[in-house]
Amino acid sequence: MIFSNEHKTQHAQLKFNAQRTRLFCRGDWTLNGSKHLDRCLTKTIRHCPENCILDASQIQRMDTAGAWLLFQLQKQLQKKQPQCTLTGLKPAHSALLKLVHSKTPGQTSNNVPHQAPGLLENIGRQVWRKSLATIDFISFIGETTNSIFHSMLQPARIRWQAIWVTLAQAGVNALPIVGLMSFLIGIVLAYQGGTQLAQYGANIFIVDLVGITLLRELAPMLTAIMIAGRTGSAFTAQIGTMKINDEVDALRTMGIAPMELLVLPKLLALMIAMPLLCVFADITGVLGGMLIASLTLDVSFFEFLDRFQHAIALRHFIIGIGKAPIFAAIIVLIACYQGFRVQGGADSVGKQVTVSVVQSIFLVIVIDALFSILFNWAGI
Amino acid sequence: MTYETVISLRNIKTHFGEHCVHQNLNLDIHRSEVLALIGGSGTGKTTLLREMILLEYPQQGSIRVFDREILGMAEHQVRWLRERCGVMFQNGALFSSLTVLENVMIPLHEHSQLSEKTMREIAMLKIRLAGLERTAAYKYPAQLSGGMIKRAALARALALDPEILFLDEPSAGLDPIGAGALDQLILEIKRLLGLTIVLVTHDLDSLWTVTDRVAVLAEKKVVAVDSMQVLSGSQHPWIRQYLHGIRGIRFNEG
Repeated sequence: MIFSNEHKTQHAQLKFNAQRTRLFCRGDWTLNGSKHLDRCLTKTIRHCPENCILDASQIQRMDTAGAWLLFQLQKQLQKKQPQCTLTGLKPAHSALLKLVHSKTPGQTSNNVPHQAPGLLENIGRQVWRKSLATIDFISFIGETTNSIFHSMLQPARIRWQAIWVTLAQAGVNALPIVGLMSFLIGIVLAYQGGTQLAQYGANIFIVDLVGITLLRELAPMLTAIMIAGRTGSAFTAQIGTMKINDEVDALRTMGIAPMELLVLPKLLALMIAMPLLCVFADITGVLGGMLIASLTLDVSFFEFLDRFQHAIALRHFIIGIGKAPIFAAIIVLIACYQGFRVQGGADSVGKQVTVSVVQSIFLVIVIDALFSILFNWAGI
Repeated sequence: MTYETVISLRNIKTHFGEHCVHQNLNLDIHRSEVLALIGGSGTGKTTLLREMILLEYPQQGSIRVFDREILGMAEHQVRWLRERCGVMFQNGALFSSLTVLENVMIPLHEHSQLSEKTMREIAMLKIRLAGLERTAAYKYPAQLSGGMIKRAALARALALDPEILFLDEPSAGLDPIGAGALDQLILEIKRLLGLTIVLVTHDLDSLWTVTDRVAVLAEKKVVAVDSMQVLSGSQHPWIRQYLHGIRGIRFNEG
């Protein structure tokens, strides 16, 4: 029986009598009392002499944990010497022991159902899983494209409300952080480039350096990375949580395609917002560069802007802005896809958000590199 | 026959802002009984349950568990209470990133110093005691059906061999067969382990089959505590409506 009130825990013990014919179980055979017992169980069994009687009459208290230990002791003793008997057990304890006995399955008590997979199996599983995920992602892109065509045929079905909300959240609200980041990058570029250029007295070329790198490469890519971390993660978490709460299924039952409500507006909104954010990043970045140029390189604002008009071809700006919607599409597609892959619980949301951010940043950089090679090859 | 009181609530007063939920509420819970809390929506059944396990605090009053005042208990003493109470939440509240076995092992890890292997076996014992197969022990909560989640949650509540078991709407969301099986399981566990069980339920079947006594919460306090047989003869308007309304009528006919 279980006693509740303050009762000093007496540790469960196993003691032989002087003739080593009886093994006495003593103390509290409970979860709290059994910590020493658990460790000395196997040793006692090994040293147990022949024809020993297991005497449980001195057990003070017992719970299921203690009953399980007693059951193990009895089982293993009997394996060693079949004539070993258990005596003196109180009726209440006996009932517990019977309960443990009935709930413990036969031989298979120790094996874990799955063996740890080997190296080859692991590689195979990974390859299989990754291929399935790739196919899945491609079909997701297909579904999205399909949904875009449907929406074009029925423009009335486009969710303008959702587009405005996303534009505000992912575009307008991101302005300060994107602007600040780009401004600082402009400063860093001008500082690092400027000290090199000053050695040759080519101070004015700071305009080319800052202008081309920012407009063509850094502004779109850094904006994309910022948006992947800031907005992509939010998209994944939102869709993932909706999926866990069966909200996605609820949309389906109401005849609303989740793609149409959850993915398309985000895609459209971010493809509009990203080039605009990119222009903003261009402006603040060049401002940062201009500030440092006038402070440390003796290139005044006027000289800077004058040279800017001649030195920086329009195509650099257009290439930079042109990449932005493609980056936006990558970010939204991966974020939404990973959101839909969430299953189970809170844990899965965290996992998919991480995957979403890592994958979209990685892909943005890969695509940017591809563009560089492509443009170089085309001579633009 | 005398009873030993395990939990005693005295003059409990609970407010949520302006809204008063309990006013001078008194209740005694006896050892090894199954006591159900019933009452309309918003009468603070679950709140009362949560107050007994120190998840919420009443504004006034005293709650004694095993003759110890638990309100205002220091943090290290609360551990004493935690080891004696098992709680099963309405939706299971299983940790989604852990398997059933790992879920059941968490309290064992926290409160016992047994070896890993022994803990695993004891956890497995509890899982089987709750009526789940071994194979279910290695599944994640997302892979379980509603009934299995309840059983897994029950196994976790039983992990430390608690003396008091709190169940929040155990049969909610289960089909009648599953709910009936869970009722039988609760009865069996009570018989085998001699637990005191406090539950909140709306299920009339459960009330009739499982409970020894039922506490009725109405008018901000406990208006009656008695067995279902006695309560069914009560003249209190709410109890009459609850037990003899359309849904209760079949019990009188059957």
